[in-house]
Amino acid sequence: MATLLEMSGVSVSFDGFKAINNLSFQIGEPELRAIIGPNGAGKTTFMDIITGKTRPDEGKVIYGEKSISLLKMSESQIAMAGVGRKFQKPTVFEAQTVRENLAMALKNKRGPFDVLLYRKTTRGAERIGELAETIGLTEQLPRVAGELSHGQKQWLEIGMLLAQDPRLLLVDEPAAGMTPAEREHTTDLLKRAARKHAVVVVEHDMEFIRRLDCRVTVLCEGSVLAEGSLDHVTSDPQVIEVYLGR
Amino acid sequence: MLRAFFLAFALVLCLCLPGARVEAQTQDLQSILQTHADEVASPGRRSVGTVIDALVASGLPAVPQFLERWADRSVYQRESDGLFYYAKENGDTYSLTDISTGADAGTAPSAEMTEIRPNGGVRRVIATALVQFQLSDPDIARRRDALDAISRSPEADQLEPLRASIEGETDDDLRARKERLAGMLAARYGDTPEERIAAIEALSGALSVDVRAVLNQILSSDTAVAAALPEGANIARTLTPGEDLTEAEAYAQLVAADLAPAIQSRDQIKAALTANIADGRVGGVPIGALNTEDGRARAYAALAGAGTVPPLVTEEDRNAALAAHVFYEEYEEPDAAITDAAREALDEVETRVAMNQALDLGLDALSLASIYFLAAIGLAITFGVMGVINMAHGEFIMMGAYTGYVVQQIIPDYTVSIIVALPLAFAVTFGAGVAMERLVIRWLYHRPLETLLATFGISIALQQLAKNIFGTQARPLTSPSWLDGAWVLNDVVSIANIRIAIFVLALIFLGLILFVLNKTRLGLEVRAVTQNPGMAASMGINPDKINMLTFGLGSGIAGIAGVAIGLYAKVTSEMGADYIVQSFMTVVVGGVGNVWGTLAGAGLIGILQKGIEFLNPSNTLAAQTYMILFIILFIQVRPKGIVALKGRAAGD
Amino acid sequence: MTRQTFLTQNRSIFWFLLALAVFVLIVTVLSEATGNGMISTSFVKTLGKTLCLMLVAIAMDVVWGYTGILSLGHMAFFGLGGYMIGMWLMYARTEIIVAESLRAAAIPPTPEEIHDAIGTQIFGVVGSSDFPLIWAFASSFWAQLALVVLVPGVLALVFGWLAFRSRVTGVYLSILTQAMTLALSLYLFQNDSGLRGNNGLSGLQNLPGLDAVPQSQVSIAFFWASAVALGLGYVLFAWVVSGKMGSVIRGIRDNESRVRFLGYHVESYKLFVFTLTGIVAGIAGALYYPQAGIINPNEIAPIASIYLAVWVAIGGRGRLYGAALGAAFVSLLSSWFTGGGVPSIPLGFYTIQWTDWWLVLLGVSFVAVTLLAPKGIGGLFDLITARHAVPERVGDFGPDKGARRTVEGEEER
Repeated sequence: MATLLEMSGVSVSFDGFKAINNLSFQIGEPELRAIIGPNGAGKTTFMDIITGKTRPDEGKVIYGEKSISLLKMSESQIAMAGVGRKFQKPTVFEAQTVRENLAMALKNKRGPFDVLLYRKTTRGAERIGELAETIGLTEQLPRVAGELSHGQKQWLEIGMLLAQDPRLLLVDEPAAGMTPAEREHTTDLLKRAARKHAVVVVEHDMEFIRRLDCRVTVLCEGSVLAEGSLDHVTSDPQVIEVYLGR
Repeated sequence: MLRAFFLAFALVLCLCLPGARVEAQTQDLQSILQTHADEVASPGRRSVGTVIDALVASGLPAVPQFLERWADRSVYQRESDGLFYYAKENGDTYSLTDISTGADAGTAPSAEMTEIRPNGGVRRVIATALVQFQLSDPDIARRRDALDAISRSPEADQLEPLRASIEGETDDDLRARKERLAGMLAARYGDTPEERIAAIEALSGALSVDVRAVLNQILSSDTAVAAALPEGANIARTLTPGEDLTEAEAYAQLVAADLAPAIQSRDQIKAALTANIADGRVGGVPIGALNTEDGRARAYAALAGAGTVPPLVTEEDRNAALAAHVFYEEYEEPDAAITDAAREALDEVETRVAMNQALDLGLDALSLASIYFLAAIGLAITFGVMGVINMAHGEFIMMGAYTGYVVQQIIPDYTVSIIVALPLAFAVTFGAGVAMERLVIRWLYHRPLETLLATFGISIALQQLAKNIFGTQARPLTSPSWLDGAWVLNDVVSIANIRIAIFVLALIFLGLILFVLNKTRLGLEVRAVTQNPGMAASMGINPDKINMLTFGLGSGIAGIAGVAIGLYAKVTSEMGADYIVQSFMTVVVGGVGNVWGTLAGAGLIGILQKGIEFLNPSNTLAAQTYMILFIILFIQVRPKGIVALKGRAAGD
Repeated sequence: MTRQTFLTQNRSIFWFLLALAVFVLIVTVLSEATGNGMISTSFVKTLGKTLCLMLVAIAMDVVWGYTGILSLGHMAFFGLGGYMIGMWLMYARTEIIVAESLRAAAIPPTPEEIHDAIGTQIFGVVGSSDFPLIWAFASSFWAQLALVVLVPGVLALVFGWLAFRSRVTGVYLSILTQAMTLALSLYLFQNDSGLRGNNGLSGLQNLPGLDAVPQSQVSIAFFWASAVALGLGYVLFAWVVSGKMGSVIRGIRDNESRVRFLGYHVESYKLFVFTLTGIVAGIAGALYYPQAGIINPNEIAPIASIYLAVWVAIGGRGRLYGAALGAAFVSLLSSWFTGGGVPSIPLGFYTIQWTDWWLVLLGVSFVAVTLLAPKGIGGLFDLITARHAVPERVGDFGPDKGARRTVEGEEER
């Protein structure tokens, strides 16, 4: 398991409020990792920093075999380098069909002229069909994404993430608004993805985390509070204090 | 006791002095004139000097009056005895006044009197002589006039009388002026070089336009050309063709000085060729081949070779001629020590002038900035705080200005009408703003681009409406007379009162807005509603009402700005459109959502525009172009403006 | 799964081209030059100009309706295209006139002489006779034709690059484009801008060397050319906004940052669309101004670009035929009203002269359209076809709140 992403000494503050405080984090490939933490622990900001949306005030974020720094790259370059993200709230393109949504996310050349001259291929169509089947939206393919239910949008979002074929998947609350059966399906998907790639899951639902059966990092006030198996961290007195003490 | 003594002393003086004078001067005016009767009757420019010298030397009190009347052509000579009189035409006769005493001297038939008509040159000489009397005239207005006359056209011979009159000057201001003027005259016409240099050095502390003119006159120079620099000439500088003057200009100088043959222009060559067409050929070249410059050159060379036309001046000839001569500027003043001193003094004066100009420019920029600030402050509230983009903001400014105009039609007193117009303009545009918010904008919150378009539609309609009501020509909004005029610091720095008033108004509004937003309940509620309307609503604030009031406030301020801008510029239906882009720029450059940002933005834009205008004064259009380009580039560097809010409050 | 072709996916292309062809045919049959003369030459010119405006409106729709960039600068590109072709028209025509007058002289003119005489003719009105540098290629038709594309294209590229890379979006971008337009028009208003200041370029309707051809024929030729350009432009843009490109740019409109996180370099796409539409606007302008006959800096002023946005909004954003119809409808209506074609309404105490009140009506109806019928005229087609050609969008046209968050768990305003 080689290290894919390493963050060290990262801090960021908004108007004096330290959202991330000297955070160090590391994930290998393949690996499945869950991140938990109370509200305001900095989970989303953590993802924002990796995906290039927020620039940290200090610290390093190094990615891949060539140890490139993500801090100098734009959002799109980071995404092209293989970092995919699923947002907490589904942000699919509601005015477009499910197929268009997936097609846009498919791993292909991203330059304007490549896209302009892009011709639909059988392989692309097959891949879309495959993905649609995985996320259970085969019949919804020609429908407009805005008409989908909240759960279906979640699935579409996951499908778009998978379509990018990323090496590092950042998944923000995938199970929100899903039925127990769907949750199980999601767990399977993530576990399958983590066989080849690095997957980071942010989740509140402890049951879901338990089912993922992976290493857990606890974030609190912008830094790592504890790390280890779920049983290990839940028995950590500090973690208990953070979750129950207040 | 003492007082009585003084009184007695004064009495004695009064009695004695005239007697003493009469004794000292045995001659009266008439007899002096009779001595020089011919020169008085038909004065010539050269001969008149002796008469005037004699008159001045006599020191008689009647001399100034005589000189004036002489120049005015109201002195007549009686043919019978050759005596001079002041005469006034009275039908067929003249009523005469005795020149020496001023007493009535009866009448004379017009045939017997000859009017004395000094010509223009003589009148000037007389006027100069008069100056010394006027300079000491008891009437302060006449003394001032005399000084004005001297500063208008300074002459060398005014120096002495001017100096002489300083001693007796009672008025402090006038005395200072006389001294200054004497200094300037001394710099130009002083007797010795030392005196002039001293006077020049004394001038270096001054700043005024006339001092600069004096120094420039001393330094006035002529451009000249010669084979070599002349010995002993006071050379200002040598000129290099191509650098200090264009080669064409330099060659033109050579031609003017007959040092080189004139260059044949294309038209002249063509005319020469046309004049020498023979058998369809010119100089052996067929006409058909003359359609190139080369062909024409060959034909012309052939003609020149035959001596028919002057030879062509080629590029080489021209360059050789330029190289063989030296171009220089020569001072009219031959003494190098004087010109050096003047140059030094002028440099010193100009440094000071430049500093004062910078100050003046700063004041101008400040005044422009306050206008932009006034125009933009309403936007800073509606756009900056509420996030509503109102393209009709400019039309609210226009509405305010027209309100002022209408009020002036009803209330003729300008002071009262302005006092009425300011709150009324606020009320009118406040109402318009509230109406617009209720009818249009509230349906479009969070759809900024559509707000932009809808308010733009309103802007078109309002503009046309104003045109339909008030016509297309500019309407005046007259400022009260106490706002006319300017505050003058010196010859360089001055600022119109109206601009000061606008500046003060801008300051008042800055304070008012800061107070309303930061210290009042309304301000608190505004900030609460803009940051989180849902939360604000649940805390009992009515967001609808707050939005309405805030928008009304921003619009109302635009109305007041309209009155202020209308006083300073003309009121037209398009005046709003002239300010809208600049206003948005001000808000964007300053940083959205912040009153201080708007202030900084207005300051930056004001200074920038005046700065660019200063560098390129002839072209305000170019200044605006460059300013906008600068702003576009500025936004590259600081996309969030000068005063950028960080984090959540900044929004996006 | 059936493979769909470009045309079957975009039925509107077929209908649009068909309608355009029928329209061109009718006008041709009724014109003075080629038909029975029921349509006057000046009206053919108006129709030809309208076609050019429709083309620039389509371009505007792509940049605004599809990509979400409310550009208030596309009429500047339009005007620049006009200026570029106008320079050649004016130069070439003056050249013929000058050569004619110089031919009378005993000696044939030299090229330099002609060039200088042209300069005096063209720039005499601004008190100059020297050719500014920008006229270097004015003598060459092909060079100026290239400049019709290059000048608006390069300006759009440079400006777009500056604006997009600093991530200026939404209304800020609109204001910035408006400022650019204002700067350009103020610059052109100067006499020493090299384009004759506020006199502009005139006499453009007279084609050099074609004085013998009557204006009726010239006008119908330009009408055809404009129709061809409009047809080609429609197909081009329909192609651009269909397929994956369309998908991406609509994605940018609706949620810019999400597209970015999918790995697309959003700025490049915006720049591509901005520049392409700028170029098409330039071409439309190059066809428009020879029909209008005169171009001056007023045509470039920001207000023109805002009117363009008005046309597109009234026509209906997000569908190409809507924008085209909007431009045609509003501009023809505008010339009808302002031309005094509409009878005034006597109210007893006041008579409404439409030449005075048209702008008020336009402004108010524009507000009404924005508020009550955001789909514009194009929305009527949904009633006919009884289906949602454009799906209901969520959020406004333009970059919305999207997924950006700066604080955990809260959505950004």
